[in-house]
Amino acid sequence: MTAIPHDAALVARLRAKDDDAFEALLRTHMPRLLRVARRFLQNEEDARDAVQDAFISAFRSIDRFESGSTLATWLHRIVVNASLMKLRTRRRHPEEEIDDALLPKFAADGHQVEPSTPWSMSAEEMAAQSEMRELVRGCIEQLPETHRVVLIMRDLEEMSTEETAKALGITPAAVKVRLHRARQALRTQIDRCLKEGRRS
Amino acid sequence: MNETLDRPIITCRELIDFIADYLDRALEPVQQLDFDRHIARCSSCRAYLASYETTIRLAKAANTEDQAIVDAAPDDLIRAILAMRK
Repeated sequence: MTAIPHDAALVARLRAKDDDAFEALLRTHMPRLLRVARRFLQNEEDARDAVQDAFISAFRSIDRFESGSTLATWLHRIVVNASLMKLRTRRRHPEEEIDDALLPKFAADGHQVEPSTPWSMSAEEMAAQSEMRELVRGCIEQLPETHRVVLIMRDLEEMSTEETAKALGITPAAVKVRLHRARQALRTQIDRCLKEGRRS
Repeated sequence: MNETLDRPIITCRELIDFIADYLDRALEPVQQLDFDRHIARCSSCRAYLASYETTIRLAKAANTEDQAIVDAAPDDLIRAILAMRK
């Protein structure tokens, strides 16, 4: 696979140390990459630091850009890694597990203790409500970091299980377990919110 | 005799453990059959599966709606990065 023509021209200019090319790269890709870093870091200053580190790293390694992907996906991977690095340096709390109360309960025979009922709204209808978007973002922010990061990488950044495992230094099986539990916890909180809405 | 159909119906716990692999189309054929047989007769698990899928779409939607807004790259950050490059 080769770089798309637009990328190829820009990469050539970047390798030639063309100042305008560096600025063009920043202006084109920075807004999207800042949003990615904010999702991981939940803090504007840290997000800006991560993006800065990522671009400096990208500029220094532009000769190693293999054109096996687009500049956009190459930069995305570098920003994700810079964000993960930043998270590692600021990690202060012992790892937490997902609250059991947010996971489904089963009777001894393996059936759900509290049967699930259908939701009355689709994802699109719920996403149209600002309160629901806030709730979902808030719930994701409150997940234990080990699970929150996996959910962001897999479901929001659409990285594969293998890519996620490699970036985090854990096994694909651990990625799957954390992702499933994070989704279940989020589902429970949305379910409660919908039931409360029905009661009020 | 069909050995697959002789297998006991899996429980809700087992089905819910399979959901992520089901959505990734990563279930083994026998697991897929077990999944299909349970889901066909359990309305609670059908509701759980639907809400689980909705959760994934909603998480994505709640975090991408801001992408419709074309925001500019902060000039001060651009200047800082360009200065550090030199």
